[in-house]
Amino acid sequence: MATEAIGWLGVPLGILAGTLRGSAPFLFVSLGECLTEKSGKINLGLEGTLLMGAMSAYAISYLGVSQWNMSPAISPWIGVLVAGLAGMGMGLIHAWLSQQPRVNDIAVGIAMIIFGSGLAFFLGKPFIQPQAPQLPSFELGKLLSSSPIVQSALQISPLFILGVLLAPAMNWFFKSTRPGLFIRAVGDSPDAALAMGVSVKKVRMLCIIAGSFLAGIGGAYLSLVYPGSWTERISSGQGLMAVALVIFARWNPIQCLWASLFFGGAQAIGPALQAVGIDKGYYLFNAAPYVLTLLIMILTCSPKKTLSGAPGALGSING
Amino acid sequence: MAEVIPSVHQGSVSELDAAIAPPDLEVVNMSKRFGSLVALDQVSLHVKPGTFHALLGENGAGKSTLVKCMMGFYRPDHGDIVINKRSRTIASPKDAHHYGIGMVYQHFTSVPAMTVAENLVMSRFDTTTVINWKQEMAALQAFMATAPFKLPLETLVGQLAAGEKQKLEILKQLYLHSKILILDEPTSVLTPSEADEVLGLIREQVTDGKLSVLIISHKFREVTSFCDEITVLRKGKFAGTGRVEALTVADMAEMMMGEKREPQPVEKVATTEVVPVLQLHNLHANKDNGLEALHGVNLTVHQGEIVGIAGISGNGQRELVEVLAGQRSATSGQVMVNGEPYAATRKQINQHRVFVLPEEPLKNACVPHMSVAENLALRTFDRPPQAKGPMVLFAAIRQMAEQLIDTFKIKTPTPETPVGNLSGGNVQRTVLARELSADHINLLIAANPCFGLDFAMVDYIHGQILSARNRGVAVLLVSEDLDELLKLSDRLIVISGGKFAYESAIAEADFAAISHAMAGH
Ligand SMILES: Nc1ncnc2c1ncn2[C@@H]1O[C@H](COP(=O)(O)OP(=O)(O)OP(=O)(O)O)[C@@H](O)[C@H]1O
Ligand SMILES: [Mg+2]
Repeated sequence: MATEAIGWLGVPLGILAGTLRGSAPFLFVSLGECLTEKSGKINLGLEGTLLMGAMSAYAISYLGVSQWNMSPAISPWIGVLVAGLAGMGMGLIHAWLSQQPRVNDIAVGIAMIIFGSGLAFFLGKPFIQPQAPQLPSFELGKLLSSSPIVQSALQISPLFILGVLLAPAMNWFFKSTRPGLFIRAVGDSPDAALAMGVSVKKVRMLCIIAGSFLAGIGGAYLSLVYPGSWTERISSGQGLMAVALVIFARWNPIQCLWASLFFGGAQAIGPALQAVGIDKGYYLFNAAPYVLTLLIMILTCSPKKTLSGAPGALGSING
Repeated sequence: MAEVIPSVHQGSVSELDAAIAPPDLEVVNMSKRFGSLVALDQVSLHVKPGTFHALLGENGAGKSTLVKCMMGFYRPDHGDIVINKRSRTIASPKDAHHYGIGMVYQHFTSVPAMTVAENLVMSRFDTTTVINWKQEMAALQAFMATAPFKLPLETLVGQLAAGEKQKLEILKQLYLHSKILILDEPTSVLTPSEADEVLGLIREQVTDGKLSVLIISHKFREVTSFCDEITVLRKGKFAGTGRVEALTVADMAEMMMGEKREPQPVEKVATTEVVPVLQLHNLHANKDNGLEALHGVNLTVHQGEIVGIAGISGNGQRELVEVLAGQRSATSGQVMVNGEPYAATRKQINQHRVFVLPEEPLKNACVPHMSVAENLALRTFDRPPQAKGPMVLFAAIRQMAEQLIDTFKIKTPTPETPVGNLSGGNVQRTVLARELSADHINLLIAANPCFGLDFAMVDYIHGQILSARNRGVAVLLVSEDLDELLKLSDRLIVISGGKFAYESAIAEADFAAISHAMAGH
């Protein structure tokens, strides 16, 4: 980017652009994890799911055009769908494994990270070179400014908008629908749920699978929107960070949205500064999201208060 | 005693009557095993329409298991449920609700992280997916206005005290229009006057023929003043049934125990020395939601003295006990034990020999997934003889557990059974065994120690507490059972709104003033 042209203004612009571009994967994965954790299960494996999603979306988008004669306007969308389905497959495995007696969520989650990323790298080898059709985006900048810099910065993907809408929808779902209340009951007090005749296993199974579907979509965003390619380093731990982000957001979907935007923005600090010529401490600025998170955690946590919002039965071992 | 309603005119039940009148409920030859343990063995029970029926038995007799089988919470190995003379299958609480049966469980079953309103609405078995909160809140407010007791709709259930949670459980069933109400020890957490109020209101509904009730209780007073019939279980077997009018308390006790038993009174020994053991100076503490629960409390408990703290649940008792147990930190003020500042670290607990029997022992004093033996060893596993250097000696733990299970008569299939699977009374016994078995106790803090125990065990614990006092132990007894406090305490304090509102030696205690202070005037 030739940001020098607009000088120091490029920094906030760069951060804004980074926020709009980079927060969607955090958003999808954290909403998926939020759903999962509300039901009392932890799915660390979403990092693996994210990679599977990224790989399958890219592969389908590419194969659709090159092999199956699809239009390049359609094939990336099919890719997104397949990424979700791949996520569901991963979720099914996690749900089944983690609900066996005396099995620990975290252990299964770590196994699923290794399995998911391994499988994605293995199946994705042939797709590193070729160029797959990308998802279209809304050119918000075109409406606001004639400057090409601003125009290229303010591009918004429909997937991102979908995610932004999903957050309040999910919040409403947890508050004002019976299934939503049941999920919270299962996560907080499985005994109470049983007493109401709700099947704890089934609810958790569905939540894990639905959550993994969302994480798969998050993966599709990585490979088909931004950065928009398939490599093995594409996620660089974003899936894991998004899982931590749910705690940071106190298991509240709306706060997941804010936290995702915050992470997305913080990630863009390094590149935005570099763009205006500050490249000293580039790696230091890249650590900004982590430092900021730590800081906020320290400032907001108190040993005197219970961590409000944490589902009561989160991660407890099955019978 | 209220009159019993003659059962509804059978044979000529009109559609309308059938809608209002509670059904006839019979259990025939029900059996249930947990692994090798036979919890129920061919038990039968008949709850006639419009009667108040009590189910009695010692801790672990199988009462909760029987009603859970009736609710479809457990699947019985054998036996029938007959509703209005027809055999029915109840495979889940939903089926039970379909036949108008609703239950208040012994362990609370409301969801702590949700509000009262959310819990009520969620408990309904209808199929609407989307909840119209505006409409529901209006309906709930109308319901609360006519309900026998009131609760704030927007409060999180986790912030309610035990007594209020219990009221919510009962409200939930009234809200669901249950026709047969099964109550598993509903009054263990209520004060006697609250209990009388609640049971009185339910009794009215029964007398009007709108409700049948099956109640599990360990309190004979409630049985004789509210119930029509009893059925007794002993060690998982049917031990007898009868009308309350025709039975004395001694008869019922004999049916339960299988033998006559005299209560053994323990005399209080006069203590001469006045050595302070526990001292609280201007103690402040917050609730979970950050609001202040204790507003500057001053208290001294001396050697060989039982100080009783009375009060309606939710007035700061829980927070006080939690501070003393090290589960909550005080915001200001000081706790001193034996003249030294005390913060309930593991070292201090051991050095000052402080023992705690908290309320809701399964949550506050046990690790539910760990075995009975492990739970019994929580105080001692890191010291000889149960540990050798950094090694824990499981043989020693098991051996001590077997001994304690024997002396405290904990009914458990094996020492390896998770403590969460035990009956309510047996969980309490497990904690008691751990806390009271130590050979040298200096300070004992007990909160509702007889919650859910059968009368024999209550006698036993009262005896243990008194004899501890006679040995010179300082005892702080927090209880919602005024009778218990009046029986055991040397000095009685009433807590209301996080402050002490009344204090007197037990000889001068004035019942009217106590009730007045408890009500917060
Ligand atoms: N889920 C379970 N797994 C194994 N054993 C169980 C389980 N539930 C109950 N038991 C055992 O079955 C027996 C009967 O328990 P139950 O809870 O019915 O007793 P209870 O009569 O209700 O006693 P209490 O007055 O103490 O509540 C007890 O010995 C208990 O340990
Ligand atoms: Mg019971």
